[in-house]
Amino acid sequence: MSSDMTPVVQARGIVKRYGHVTAIDQSDFELRPGEILAVIGDNGAGKSSIVKAICGATIPDEGEILIEGKPVNFTSPIEAREMGIEIVYQNLALSPALSIADNMFTGRELRKPGWMGKYLRLLDKPAMEKFARDKLTELGLMTVQSIKQPVETLSGGQRQGVAVARAAAFATKFIIMDEPTAALGVKESRKVLELIQDVRARGIPIILISHNMPHVFEVADRIHIHRLGKRLCTIDPKDYTMSDAVAFMTGAKEPPAQDAA
Amino acid sequence: MSDTPSAKGQEFERTLDQSAKEVARFKRDRHSPLERIQHVLHNNPTLVPVIVLAISVIAFGLIAGGRFFSAFNLSLILQQVSIIGILAAAQSLIIITAGIDLSVAAIMVLMSVIMGNLAVFAGVPSPLAILIGLGGGVGAGMMNGWLITRIKLPPFITTLGTWSIFYALLLWLSGAQSIRGQDIDANAPFLKFFGFAFNIGGARITLSAILMIVVFVVLWYMLNKTAWGRHVYAIGDDKDAAEMSGIRTDRTLMSVYGLSGLVCALAGWASIGRVGSISPQSFYEGNLDSITAVVIGGISLFGGRGSIMGALFGALIVGVFRSGLRLSGVDVLWQVFAIGWLIIIAVAIDQWIRRVSA
Ligand SMILES: Nc1ncnc2c1ncn2[C@@H]1O[C@H](COP(=O)(O)OP(=O)(O)O)[C@@H](O)[C@H]1O
Ligand SMILES: [Mg+2]
Repeated sequence: MSSDMTPVVQARGIVKRYGHVTAIDQSDFELRPGEILAVIGDNGAGKSSIVKAICGATIPDEGEILIEGKPVNFTSPIEAREMGIEIVYQNLALSPALSIADNMFTGRELRKPGWMGKYLRLLDKPAMEKFARDKLTELGLMTVQSIKQPVETLSGGQRQGVAVARAAAFATKFIIMDEPTAALGVKESRKVLELIQDVRARGIPIILISHNMPHVFEVADRIHIHRLGKRLCTIDPKDYTMSDAVAFMTGAKEPPAQDAA
Repeated sequence: MSDTPSAKGQEFERTLDQSAKEVARFKRDRHSPLERIQHVLHNNPTLVPVIVLAISVIAFGLIAGGRFFSAFNLSLILQQVSIIGILAAAQSLIIITAGIDLSVAAIMVLMSVIMGNLAVFAGVPSPLAILIGLGGGVGAGMMNGWLITRIKLPPFITTLGTWSIFYALLLWLSGAQSIRGQDIDANAPFLKFFGFAFNIGGARITLSAILMIVVFVVLWYMLNKTAWGRHVYAIGDDKDAAEMSGIRTDRTLMSVYGLSGLVCALAGWASIGRVGSISPQSFYEGNLDSITAVVIGGISLFGGRGSIMGALFGALIVGVFRSGLRLSGVDVLWQVFAIGWLIIIAVAIDQWIRRVSA
C-alpha cells in the first residue's frame, strides 16, 4: 500500500434527477487508498445511485468525478471496468445456467493463442478454468465440486463468493459492493465479510453499501452516511456507536461538524 | 451444454459422475433416483431427444421392419427434414436468447423468390442472385432485431408482424405464381445446387442434408466455443445480468437476428434444390415446424438453456415419426396427433428439469 494519499475516488457536487425525483442531490464522495468505506443510509437515500454514478452505470447530470486525481466521464460500466473498477451488484449479475468459469470471464473471455483464437475465435477454456479455480482457491472458496458447475446449483453464499471472486480477480483500482450480505444467512455472511477483508489486505479499497450495522462496524475503516440524496457526513466507527450512526442516518441526531473533504 | 454430437456417452457419464458425488457429499438423504435423473438432464438437456430418437428408430424398425430400417429410408428422412432442420437451427439461435421468431419460414421463402426472380427472369448471374438473397436474409433478420432491441417490441409480436409483411412481399414479388423447375433448369441451374444427390451404399445423400449438418456444426461451434456464443446464452439466461457484466446485449442480439436471417436465406436457397421449383405457397407452416423441432430438441423456450444440436435431433424425431407411422400404415392424422403430444411432453420435461434446485 502506498502512502500516497490522493483519494482513489473523489466526487464533488454530483446531481442525478429522474423526472421529479432527485436521486443524488449535490453529493460529495471520497474513497481513500486501502480502505473499506461503508456507505449507509435509509432505503431510497440514494446509496445505489451515487455508486452507480461513480462506476458509469448511470451518467450524472452535474458534478465531477476524479479517479486517482484525474477527471473521468464514464458512459458505461465497461469503461470503468477497463480502468480496473469492479462492481458486485445487489443482484450479483451472474448468469445462472452458465458455469462458474464462464461467469468469471463474461465479457472478457480468453481466446486460444495463435490462429485458432485469432481466426476461429476459439475460447481457451482450460486457461479460464484454471484461472477461475486458482482465484477461488486463493479466496478459500473451492468448496464447489467443479468449476464447470452451473452457478444456479450453488448456494446463495457460494454465488456471492463467485461474484466477489470475479471482482477481486480483475479489480486493480477499487471494488464496489452493493448489499453483499443482504440475502445471506449468518454463516455465509461471515464468509463474505472475511472475503472483503482479504481483498482489502491485498491493497484494493472497497466501497461497501450495507444496511447491517454490526457488519459495517466490524469491517469499515470509515463510514459515509447518506441522507436525502447526499453525503451527510463521514464518521470513524471507533468514535461512534451503532446507535449514533443510525440516529444520523435517520435524522434523529445532528451530524458532527465536518471538515469538508 | 458443451456436448459434442460424438461424445454423448462420455458427457453423460461425466455428469452422472458429478451428480453422484454431490449426493455423497452434501445431501445424502434428499436425492431420490428421480432427482438424480433430473440433475443429469439438467446438466445435459440434449439427452432426452437423443434417447427419444434412439428409441423411436428402434421401435419403428421393429414395427415397420426393413422398409423403415433401410439405408434408403433413413437417408430419405434426412433429406425430408433438411429444410425444416436448417430453419430450426435459425430458430434455435433466437430461442436461446429467450426470443421467438415466427417469421423464419417467410424470410426463407421470400429470399428464394428473390433469388429466383433475379436469376430466372432478370438475367442476373445465379451466384450474384444468391448473394443478394443471402444479404436480404441478413437484412430481414436485422429488421426483426432492430424492432426488438431499438423499438423494444416483444419478439413474438414483432415477428408475428414481420411474418405477414414478408409473406405479403413474397406474394407480390412472385405474383402468387410458382417458378417452374424447367425454367430454373434452363436459366439458372445453380439455384438447384443443394438438390444434387449421390449414393453411398443404399443411401441417397442430398447436398441439402449435408448443408443442414454443416450449419448445425458451425453454429454449435460458435455457440459453445466462442465468446459470442457464451454471450448469447448469458443474454437468454438473464439479459440484465449480462448487460451488467459487460456484454453489449443489444449489439449481440442484432448479430443473432442477422445470423438467423442469413441461415433462413440459406434454407431458401437449399429449398429450391430440395423442392425443385420456387413456390410462394410452400413451407407456410415452416415457422411452426421449426419451433416444434427446437422444443422437442430440449431447448428451453425461456432461453439460455439447451444445445443447438437438440434442434437437429428434434427435427429428426419429427421426421422419424412421420416416416415410421406412414410406413406402419397409420393415417396422417395420427402422425399430427403424435407430434402434438411430443411437443407437450417436451415442454413438460423442460419445466421439470428447470425446477432442479441447488
Ligand atoms: N432508474 C431510476 N428511475 C427512477 N427513479 C430512480 C431510479 N433509480 C433510483 N431512483 C430513485 O432514486 C432514489 C434513490 O434510489 P437508490 O439510489 O436506489 O437508493 P438506495 O440504494 O439508497 O436505497 C429513490 O427514490 C429511487 O426511487
Ligand atoms: Mg440500493
